Amino acid sequence: MKYVALVYTNPGAFEAMPQAERDAFMREADAYLKEYTESGELLAGGIALADASTSKTVRGRNGLPAVTDGPFAEAKEQLAGFYVLDTESLERATEIVTHDPAARVWGVEVRPVMDEAGTEM
Amino acid sequence: MTTQAKVGAEDLLRQLAPQVLGSLVRRYGHFDLAEDAVQEALLAAALQWPEQGIPENPRGWLITVAARRLTDTLRSDQARRRREERAAALAPPDELVESPHDEYPAAEDDMLALLFLSAHPSLSPASQVALTLRAVGGLTTAEIARAFLVPEATIAQRISRAKQSIQASGVPFELPPEPERAGRLQVVLHVLYLIFNEGYTATAGADLQRGELTAEAIRLAREVRRLLPDDGEVAGLLALMLLTDARRAARAREDESLVPLEEQNRALWNESYIKEGTALVTEALSAAPLGPYQLQAAIAAVHDEAARAADTNWPQILALYEMLERLSPNPMVTLNRAVALAMVRGPQEGLDLLSTLDADRHVAEHHRLEAVRAHLLEMAGDHRAARASYRTAARRTTSLPEQRYLESRAARLGDLDE
Repeated sequence: MKYVALVYTNPGAFEAMPQAERDAFMREADAYLKEYTESGELLAGGIALADASTSKTVRGRNGLPAVTDGPFAEAKEQLAGFYVLDTESLERATEIVTHDPAARVWGVEVRPVMDEAGTEM
Repeated sequence: MTTQAKVGAEDLLRQLAPQVLGSLVRRYGHFDLAEDAVQEALLAAALQWPEQGIPENPRGWLITVAARRLTDTLRSDQARRRREERAAALAPPDELVESPHDEYPAAEDDMLALLFLSAHPSLSPASQVALTLRAVGGLTTAEIARAFLVPEATIAQRISRAKQSIQASGVPFELPPEPERAGRLQVVLHVLYLIFNEGYTATAGADLQRGELTAEAIRLAREVRRLLPDDGEVAGLLALMLLTDARRAARAREDESLVPLEEQNRALWNESYIKEGTALVTEALSAAPLGPYQLQAAIAAVHDEAARAADTNWPQILALYEMLERLSPNPMVTLNRAVALAMVRGPQEGLDLLSTLDADRHVAEHHRLEAVRAHLLEMAGDHRAARASYRTAARRTTSLPEQRYLESRAARLGDLDE
């Protein structure tokens, strides 16, 4: 089964970290990605997102799409990136994500990916 | 290059791949490096044969080319690291070129040994599947990646890690000793069934690549059957695949929506697969010890034998599910037995059986429990409750076609009420 791990971080809090702590965090994140890519469970091609302040949101206004500056939702924690896991079960995917340093400091949401295939009902 | 020549060469390569690998591993060991060498030889052949014609002794050609690659690798390793005592005993390349015509007395044992090795219990199922398809099925990493909809780099990682862990564990390249063999064969069969299901659940149009996995699983199951003709579960698995795949053309509409079994156009079912599968399972059931694959195949055969859905012999299906549940108890089997029970003794008995599963945390949250409950509630005429169950099931499934199907059932019941 494939799962997307949506990584939420608080950019302000990350900037406020002492340099050494930030470096340690990044090293831990790199080691995490490497370990599970090598196990064949974390799929190649994860995406890191630029700061939420650089985004534009397109959403309906009076039935027509309108473009506004900034993220979809104003929140302290913003979507910082995502990666895809391919594991035997949701339990395994969740277990892997507990090792993501972002899950310790902020939060990572694990959601199943919808499949184009299906069995006879 | 004609297309026919290309297809002919590809089929031959897939067939020879495990024999060449087996021969190499038997001679040199180094399963991981040998597998790489064989892939390179297969690639060379895939480029050259359609242009230049298939050599007189294609297996000898492949073994020679692969052996040369392997010895080159081992030599450069040796020169670089001076660590390879085993490699010192290798035959010089000239000798290999002169005597490519190995005697292959053990080609069939090699194929089985490769299957057991690729489906080694120490590997994760995903790695077992990838390694089996490559080492035994002769598929390239790119083909496997396309079939499983994951990046090629990920499949390459799984294969390379699997090979390393086999190499490191020092598992000998031979058939597992007799006391372990039956258990290990179960793992091999499970891997083939995983491959089959990955292809079978893919719907018709968009995912033809994945559909080819069913053909590959059937091909490998036929090979195993040829090597172990007396094993009832091998016959049962092959029969189950054939009897299931027989319905392929009828199970999805052109818009890729799913067609439930009772609504399928049975004229589209594959008659020859049904005949072959039924004969296989009938013979196995009478001759070999009973096993879960044989029982599942027998159930599929009963469905496939009914000319119309209304002709289905549900009492027989119920009896088979009862046997299956005794043999390998599993909530998914109970779920299926509930459907059969409802068909034989009415929906309420089926619903009562389902309620025993609500406490089982493995299925309580599963969309299929709610989908079956919805179906039985609909049978019982409780449309309001059925609609709620269809909606819950639709929210829980992670399959888009299943979700669309379940939502349409819920909507249809809403229309009936108005």
